[in-house]
Amino acid sequence: MWFSETVANSTQFFSLVPWVVFFPLIGLLVNLIFGGRMSEKAIGITACGAAGLSLLISVLQAVSLLGHPGGMVVYLADWIVVGDLAIQWAFQVDTLSVTMMLVVAGVGTLIHIYAVGYMHEDVRHNGDPTRYQRFFVFFNLFIVAMMILVSADNYLMLFVGWEGVGLCSYLLIGFWYDKGKDGIGNALAGKKAFITNRIGDFGFLIAAFMIYVAFRTFNFHQIFEQIQQAGSSFTPAIFAITLFMLLGVAGKSAQIPLYVWLPDAMAGPTPVSALIHAATMVTAGVYLIARSHPLYVQVPEAQNIVALVGGATALFAATIAVGQFDIKKVLAYSTISQLGFMTAAVGMGAFTAGMFHLVTHSFFKALLFLSAGSVIQGIEAGLHHIEHDPRLKKKMVKPHDFDPQDMRNMGGLRKRMPITFWVYLIGALALAGIAPLAGFWSKDEILAEAKLISPTVYGLLTIAAFFTAFYMGRQILMVFFGESRAEPTAHARENPPVITIPLMILAGLSLLGGFINLPVIHTFTHWLEHTLTIEEAMINFRLGEAAEASGQFNPMVAGISTGLALFAILLAWWIYMQRYPAMLKLPPKQRSDDPLKTFIGPLFSALENKWWVDELYQTLVITPYNLLARYLAQVIDGRFWHDWVHDVLIVGGFRFFTRLLSIQFDLGVIDSTANSLADLAKSLAQQMRQLQTGYVRSYALWVFLGVVVILGYLIFW
Amino acid sequence: MDSFIHPLTLVTFLPLAGVVVILFLKNEQKNAARYTALATSLITFGVSMAVLAQFQRVDPNLQMVIDLPWIRVGSWVIAYHLGVDGLSILLLLLTTFLTPISILSTWTAVEERVKDFMIFFLLLEMGMVGVFLAQDLFLFYVFWEFTLVPMYFLIGIWGGPQRIYAAIKFFLYTMAGSILMLLAILWLGIQGGTFSTPDLIANNHIPANIQFWLFLAFAAAFAIKVPMWPLHSWLPDAHVEAPTAGSIILAGVLLKMGTYGFLRFNIPLFPQAAWQLAPWIAGLAVIGILYGAAVSFAQKDVKKLVAYSSVSHLGFVMLGLFALNPQGIQGGILQMVNHGLSTGALFLIVGMIYERRHTRDMDAFGGLWKVMPVYGALTLIVALSSMGLPGLNGFVGEFTILLGAWDAGQAGHVLGSYWFAGLSALGVILAAVYILFMFQKLFLGPIDKEENRNLKDLNWREIITLAPIIILIFWIGLYPKPFFSLMAPSVDQLMVVLHGAALALH
Amino acid sequence: MIPVSYYIGLSAILFTIGALGVLIRRNAIIIFMSVELMLNAANLAFVAFARAFGMMEGQIFVFFVMAVAAAEVAVGLALIVTIFHTKQSIDVDQMHSLKG
Repeated sequence: MWFSETVANSTQFFSLVPWVVFFPLIGLLVNLIFGGRMSEKAIGITACGAAGLSLLISVLQAVSLLGHPGGMVVYLADWIVVGDLAIQWAFQVDTLSVTMMLVVAGVGTLIHIYAVGYMHEDVRHNGDPTRYQRFFVFFNLFIVAMMILVSADNYLMLFVGWEGVGLCSYLLIGFWYDKGKDGIGNALAGKKAFITNRIGDFGFLIAAFMIYVAFRTFNFHQIFEQIQQAGSSFTPAIFAITLFMLLGVAGKSAQIPLYVWLPDAMAGPTPVSALIHAATMVTAGVYLIARSHPLYVQVPEAQNIVALVGGATALFAATIAVGQFDIKKVLAYSTISQLGFMTAAVGMGAFTAGMFHLVTHSFFKALLFLSAGSVIQGIEAGLHHIEHDPRLKKKMVKPHDFDPQDMRNMGGLRKRMPITFWVYLIGALALAGIAPLAGFWSKDEILAEAKLISPTVYGLLTIAAFFTAFYMGRQILMVFFGESRAEPTAHARENPPVITIPLMILAGLSLLGGFINLPVIHTFTHWLEHTLTIEEAMINFRLGEAAEASGQFNPMVAGISTGLALFAILLAWWIYMQRYPAMLKLPPKQRSDDPLKTFIGPLFSALENKWWVDELYQTLVITPYNLLARYLAQVIDGRFWHDWVHDVLIVGGFRFFTRLLSIQFDLGVIDSTANSLADLAKSLAQQMRQLQTGYVRSYALWVFLGVVVILGYLIFW
Repeated sequence: MDSFIHPLTLVTFLPLAGVVVILFLKNEQKNAARYTALATSLITFGVSMAVLAQFQRVDPNLQMVIDLPWIRVGSWVIAYHLGVDGLSILLLLLTTFLTPISILSTWTAVEERVKDFMIFFLLLEMGMVGVFLAQDLFLFYVFWEFTLVPMYFLIGIWGGPQRIYAAIKFFLYTMAGSILMLLAILWLGIQGGTFSTPDLIANNHIPANIQFWLFLAFAAAFAIKVPMWPLHSWLPDAHVEAPTAGSIILAGVLLKMGTYGFLRFNIPLFPQAAWQLAPWIAGLAVIGILYGAAVSFAQKDVKKLVAYSSVSHLGFVMLGLFALNPQGIQGGILQMVNHGLSTGALFLIVGMIYERRHTRDMDAFGGLWKVMPVYGALTLIVALSSMGLPGLNGFVGEFTILLGAWDAGQAGHVLGSYWFAGLSALGVILAAVYILFMFQKLFLGPIDKEENRNLKDLNWREIITLAPIIILIFWIGLYPKPFFSLMAPSVDQLMVVLHGAALALH
Repeated sequence: MIPVSYYIGLSAILFTIGALGVLIRRNAIIIFMSVELMLNAANLAFVAFARAFGMMEGQIFVFFVMAVAAAEVAVGLALIVTIFHTKQSIDVDQMHSLKG
């Protein structure tokens, strides 16, 4: 009773929406200003509380939306008002943005809680207590930026969040800024992420300029209304807009060709990888396309390109994931691949399917990352244990070179970390798309749509799904099964509840999350339809006869994908449970890193080296730019412009001219004339000086004589 | 008597009062000289706030005008003519705002000839304020040239090892351009019968071909000052050799005199020429943006890096002004302020570390965040503002400029090609490259130099010096409306002049 | 009434004595006194003519001459004292450093 009444009268909650930004902002300011004097516990509670309150507000928004599904725009203040341009700080509350808010705040709060435990361990192992404060300041800042991104009612405010999350990503990837390769590796990874994102942002900016020229506004509603009214007259402009926007999406959501930053981003602490680089920030691109759906449905050509980019990324990244040994790198490439699934979905116009996968993926990928973090910390605890036990320390060769993230050093953790094992398994199965876990429903919805719309994309995604199941099987088997392959792993221990409880909650969500959009009932689709209405009509228009089947559960598609997944897991089982132990028994020289190498040989090196894309970019872009910059600075600006043109040409030329003037003309002509006059005067003076005796009397006499002469003249003439 | 207490007269010549007081001090009274200079500049800032309080936002015309005959030569009169409008009010405030900050930054950095330093500094402030307020071309020229003298001595006496070279180069470069401007000013005065800018704009009948040459003559002076590519060669030398406070003022205000000159004189006096030459100027601006960004990336000296970044940033300002539409011009004006704040702050920041380590070579640093966390955080904010992160001031300016330039890039508009804005937007990427490179070199990575291990974090004086800039960085980034509304009516009026010229052209 | 020519005669005699004194004597003080004599000879002539023609200008001029003579004496004596300090003598022939 009470609930339904609340729902009916609940528009007042809408006006609370700015607080999804303000609460984390307050948390961040409190921790920033007073954090130095606060205890670890107080900092953690402040940060988690801020995220939790943000979640509460998001839930209230959802409650209000149940009664008023149309949502509302909450105006806060004017931002940029110049000429005919007026951009505001205004919050868009509708089913799409609230879905994102719930994901960001929900998963975000859980990861905040997890991070309290994780960062405590980090500080304990690595010293420097100030980083605890720093971490939570950045983490809350991320929630602020992400909330601005998802709640914006115009493209430019969205861009504030868009770059804001990029900044947080930069700061948090480089969180351990004095670690990594040569001590600078992490900082470089952060820089790489930011700059790659900026390349994407360049696309976003150009798209924004085009939007302005075409529509004279950045406001979503006004733009979409104009499109609805004028329809096709905008098509060429929209085509360009959507393509430049795709560049932005490729940067943020790690699609080809800008995905390269995401694997390096794993240098950050694991909660960061989970929250920013798996669950929320990287999905911003998908959200952007879903938000801009009225633009995309106008231009099917652009949609095809988006879908192909997504499909290609999904497959490409999935293959690389097979060849990785770092537990987090595997998950990173898996994330790229899954983002490819989402991008392909929104590209094909299956916006709800894409958003559905976004939600479920945020559950199970956050779970996987956090569990991986749990594994890493368990092993680090084992390493710590060994270093404090002299008897064990002797047995290990070089404890400092030990990499606790390398799966080759793991194995058999199932028994030492049982909770982590079970939640990891749930996450992995959900990712692999095994019924009835969350990933199964969402992935199959995408595949079913793809089957209807584009056979190419369907093919790409299906093969990618096969690889997904394989690399997850490989990872589970290498990490948790078999015998432990390194001493610290044998001494690993399970983590405390502050870490495992969020894992269990996320595991629950990964188990059940798929049920929010079961076939036939389509709760989630109907929820989003309030925002994504135009789109359904457009898809139906495009599909013609296939419209009937759109959004329907397709048993054949589900059967094929599940069958492939099971086959892949079986294959992984055969390779990593049968062949791996046998291979490890071989003498070291004949042994290879991975049993798969014995089957596919050089191809595995290609996968392990990520198809050498980083090296390609290095040669094609980075090195040339470095050289160009140095050439411009040293040769053009320095030696040519500054030294030669200025110092030699202008100054030297002027010097030459002045010397010519001074020696030839001034000394030769003017000076010699003056000198000869002076000589004349001098020789005259030689004669005249005889008169100067120096005696006053003689001068006086001359005066008198002169007077006499003058008087004589006056008198006698 | 009325003219003496006029607010604009007061704000211009108040620094002179400080100079007089300092003249009476002994050479050893260093602190007294410092406090006097600081107090004078703060009072001047207070007076400029009073000017702001009296300023009518809706009025597009010159306000608080004072117009007295100064020199009579035959039939024409050179007037003591001051006034402030939307185009100049922000720059006036920027000048009076940055001066006390610069003086505060010299507190421990300048120990020799403090008295002389402060005198030159206050004289410089007087000159700069005069430049932004003068409405008589001749008076403007006097102030314009006057600023050279104190700056010349600031670089030449308190500068680095190459200071004499840099000071002379600075002086001669700017003088060379000014001469052409003086000729153009005389031509205008003789032909128009007055040196008053508003009158000249109101009765503008200069034929297009003569406008063209006059425009170029004025542009010669201003383009060197900005500096526009390829006339920027004096800037890195001057910046690197100047003392910190000199660099702040040089980047923060003196360069703005160039862009302001374009806005105040070139565009309204010669609108047809502006219209015709806009693509050329915008082209040079785009080259400057990309070139400055690339060259600063290759620097080893952090001060040089910041100096070249000015070339890039002022390219944005020029691009905005010569988009000749409200977004571009308003964005350009705001970006002048933004650049003054963020680059001024960057020089301040470089000065702080130079005072501690006496080197500016970026290879000598690394990992400073660990020992100087407050310094690191403040630098990060300023650096992000400089690279145009949304939510901070740089973005608002750059975005409106690029938007204006893109809008002007439509076929038939003034620039006529999207390439100008498109290529400039690449500068946004390149800015991230060099700024992040600098930040990484200074703050990230391990501390591998022994000297850096015991550096002191910022003291309260230094934090207070930076804090006002940081506040403005956020304010302009989040709520720039008050700043835009100050300039909007004047810019709209300028647009009327420009539209008239565009109609006359076609 | 004594005719003007008498005065002129006296004045000429005085002037001649003064001029000869300046040319012949080497003591600076005496040269000085001779100069005074010449000035007073001129004064006498001025006064005599003023009376003869009944005009005041001549008399007024005498006052000027007397004032200038007083100033001259003051400056001249100061110079002589200084010279005496440095040279221990006031013989004008000792001072001939202006010799060409």
